[in-house]
Amino acid sequence: MVNTNVNLCGITLDNPVIPASGTFGFGYEFAELYDINCLGTFSFKGTTLEPRFGNPTPRIAECPDGMINAVGLQNPGVDKVISEELPKLAQVFHKPVMANVSGFSVSDYVTTVEKLEGHGDASQQIGWFEINISCPNVHGGGMAFGTCPQSAAEITQAVRKVTHKPILIKLSPNVTDIAEIAKACEAAGADGISLINTLLGMRIDLKNRKPVIANKMGGFSGHAILPVALRMVYQVYEAVKIPIVGMGGVSSAEEVMEMMLAGATAVEIGAANLIDPYASKKIIEDLPKVCDRYKIKELKELIGGAH
Amino acid sequence: MKQGIYQIEENIEIAKNTWKMRLLGDTSACTAPGQFVNLKLSGFFLRRPISVCDYDQNSITIIYKVVGDGTKAMTTMAAGTEIDLLTGLGNGYDIRKAGSTPVLIGGGAGVPPMYGLAKALLSSDPQRNVHVILGFNTADEIFYQEEFKKLGAMVHVATADGSAGTKGFVTNVLKTLDYSYFFTCGPAPMFQAIEKIAKTSGQYSFEERMGCGFGACMGCSCKTKYGNKRICKDGPVLEREEIIW
Repeated sequence: MVNTNVNLCGITLDNPVIPASGTFGFGYEFAELYDINCLGTFSFKGTTLEPRFGNPTPRIAECPDGMINAVGLQNPGVDKVISEELPKLAQVFHKPVMANVSGFSVSDYVTTVEKLEGHGDASQQIGWFEINISCPNVHGGGMAFGTCPQSAAEITQAVRKVTHKPILIKLSPNVTDIAEIAKACEAAGADGISLINTLLGMRIDLKNRKPVIANKMGGFSGHAILPVALRMVYQVYEAVKIPIVGMGGVSSAEEVMEMMLAGATAVEIGAANLIDPYASKKIIEDLPKVCDRYKIKELKELIGGAH
Repeated sequence: MKQGIYQIEENIEIAKNTWKMRLLGDTSACTAPGQFVNLKLSGFFLRRPISVCDYDQNSITIIYKVVGDGTKAMTTMAAGTEIDLLTGLGNGYDIRKAGSTPVLIGGGAGVPPMYGLAKALLSSDPQRNVHVILGFNTADEIFYQEEFKKLGAMVHVATADGSAGTKGFVTNVLKTLDYSYFFTCGPAPMFQAIEKIAKTSGQYSFEERMGCGFGACMGCSCKTKYGNKRICKDGPVLEREEIIW
C-alpha cells in the first residue's frame, strides 16, 4: 500500500494533487461529476477585492499541445466569494481549500486576505493563501508585482502581517531569474512558493491578420509548458528551503512524480482539467499504480529527488 | 454533463463543406434542443464544441461546417472510429414560450440545432404552425430542407446570391411572416439584422471560443442585463430581453 500523503506547510494532504486556480472554479461544477474530496485540495478561482468581468472575448486560443487564455481574473469579488461561493463549496468539499488572491495594489491584496480571514466560516474553510503576483492578463497589477524581487517581497511582507495561515506566493515564469524572486519571497516571510503561472504568448489569425485573443497577448499553458515548469521548479528548489507547489502542463501521475523529483511537495493540475474534467481524479487514482511500478512506498520520498 | 466514448456510425458530406456525423452512445445527459457536445480530437489540445442537430435514445447527430484544422480533421474520421465526447452541455432552447406560431431562423452552421428544436416544438404540440427560415450563401450549401418539411414545418429558404429560394437574407423572409416567438442560431451579422426587425420576444444561441465548455474556465463570458454569463454553461441560448448588443 503506497502512502501518498504529503505535508504542505504544516497541513497534511491525502495526496499531492491540487487543481490549479482558474481551471476549477469554486469546485461545484466538478462536484457534479465526482466527489472532489478525493483531491489533496484545490486552489479556488483567483479572487480580487472588487468584482471583475475580465477581458473582452475572444479570451481563448488553441496552441500546439496547449492553449492561451486571457480571462483577466473574472471573479465575483471577495465579498460575494465569502457570501455565495464559499458556502456553496462547503456543501461539497470538506477539506481545507487553497484561497487564490490577486490584486492591483499592495492594499488590494491585504484587504482581500483580511476579509477572508475576518469571516469566521470563510477563514475556517481556508487552509492556505496562494498569493498570485503573476497574472499576465491584467494591467497595472498581477504579473507586474511578480517580475521584480522588491515588489514580490513587499506584497509577501504585507500579507504576512494579516494572516497566520501559510502563504504561498505564486510566481511568474516571465522573468530573467526566478530563483532570485523566490528567495526574496522566502526572506519576506512566505511559507511556500507556487510556480509556474502561465507563459506570455500569442496566436495570430491568418484570415484577419490580427491576434486571436482580443487582449492580444495571453497566458500560455497546457502540456507544452511542462519542461519549462520542471526546469523552474528545479531551479527554485535549489534556491529556497520552503516547500514548492509545482505546476505547468502536468497531466498524468508520471508527470506529478516528475514534478516532485524536481522539487515540488505538491503539484497543481491546470489546463488538463479543462480538456478532461476527470483529469485530477484519474491522476490521483493512477498515482499508487505508478508508485508500485517504480517500487515507491512513500510518495514524499520523491520530493527533490532529482537533485 | 456526461463524458463518454461514442462510436461514429456515419460521417458524410451533405452539402458544400458541410458534414453530418452520427454518434452512438449514452445520450442521457441531453435534455434540450440547442445544447452542444464537446469533441476530443486526436492531435488537438482543446475540444471542439459542436451543436447537437438531433438525438434519440442511443445516438447524437451533429452537422458541422469545415472552418478550420479541427473540423477538417473530423471529415477524415471513418465509421467505427471511437471519439471522446462531453454531452449535455449548455442550457438549450426553452420551448415553453414558443406560442402557436414560432419561427426558427438558422443561418449556415446555425441551421442544425433548428432541426432538433423544430422536432421538439412539433412533438410537444402537433397543432402548432412552425416556420423555419434557412439562410445560406449559395444553393450548394443548402441542407436539411426536406428533413424540416418531413417534420411538418413550413420551410423558407433564403440565399445571399439568389441561387435558391428568396434572394437575400433570412430577414427578407422574416419580415413577411406573422409569428408568436422566434428562435435563432447563426452568425453575428444575422443576429443584428434580426434584432432590428423582430416583432416578438425570442431566443438567440451564441457562439464563442471556449476553453472547457462546461463553465470552469470563464473563457467565454459575456455581459447581460442580468449579470455576467458563461456562453457554455449559462448559454449558449440567451433571451432577447437580457442581451446587451
